[in-house]
Amino acid sequence: MGIEFSDIIFYLLAFMMIGFAVLSVTTRQLFRAAIYLLFSLVSVAGIYFWMEANFVAAVQIIVYVGGIVVVIIFSILLTQQAGAEMPKPSLSKKLWSFLAAGSGLGILLLQILKLQLGTVNAKGALFDVKAIGRELIDIDTHGWALPFEVVSMLLLASMIGCIVIALKPGAIIKHEMKES
Amino acid sequence: MQIGLTHILVLSATLFFIGVYGFLTRKNLISMLMSIELMLNSANLNFIAFNKYVWPNKLEGLFFTLFIIAIAAAEAAVAMAIIIQVYRQFKSVDVDEPTIMKE
Repeated sequence: MGIEFSDIIFYLLAFMMIGFAVLSVTTRQLFRAAIYLLFSLVSVAGIYFWMEANFVAAVQIIVYVGGIVVVIIFSILLTQQAGAEMPKPSLSKKLWSFLAAGSGLGILLLQILKLQLGTVNAKGALFDVKAIGRELIDIDTHGWALPFEVVSMLLLASMIGCIVIALKPGAIIKHEMKES
Repeated sequence: MQIGLTHILVLSATLFFIGVYGFLTRKNLISMLMSIELMLNSANLNFIAFNKYVWPNKLEGLFFTLFIIAIAAAEAAVAMAIIIQVYRQFKSVDVDEPTIMKE
């Protein structure tokens, strides 16, 4: 059984994802960490494309790469000196964190490999954007209209909350005094 | 061996624990937020993989992923607002600086 082309693509995306994620949590320059995170998230989107979940891949690129990473880069630019390096974490902290993460990963991998999960190779509904849209605003028992509306409320609330939190202290009071 | 569910589960477990490692070692609030994003992404990867390989004609995992992405966006925005306010008060975004509630 030879190696197929799609397998090569999968391993390439997987190594990119893991490699950039490792770089992102170990580099000492914060701006570089954000850029590595961006590449890691793009590779995750690539794996969604590989799994034929095209809609989720598009959402991943739009929201994560276009939204969240840009927000993170903005907050880095607003709060850090350019090119400043973060202090090195102490060796014992690194060691204990590595032990904690490594032992957790080891246990989880043992369980996954013990499971012997079979593969189903059916053409799924994941790439059918029409079905996704129908089910998203469906109000029947299997529809997702209520969570959809709740998430829209959550986004509105978080937007207003962000504006209120990030305001300078006393900004509203000053503004009201100017009005009267 | 054909690439299937096991490969993607191994991949997402690795990504999750990379995020855990970053969260435990970093002191900077922004880089801790980035580690959390990595962990959320590994969960999303699991949802899509189970949806594709176990129930291919359903869409539940996909919707969970979509809602997690939306909530992660809201979370990142709120975190940025809090980080900027912390920076204003303490001139630093390290987690061991803000200790005013201890006193």
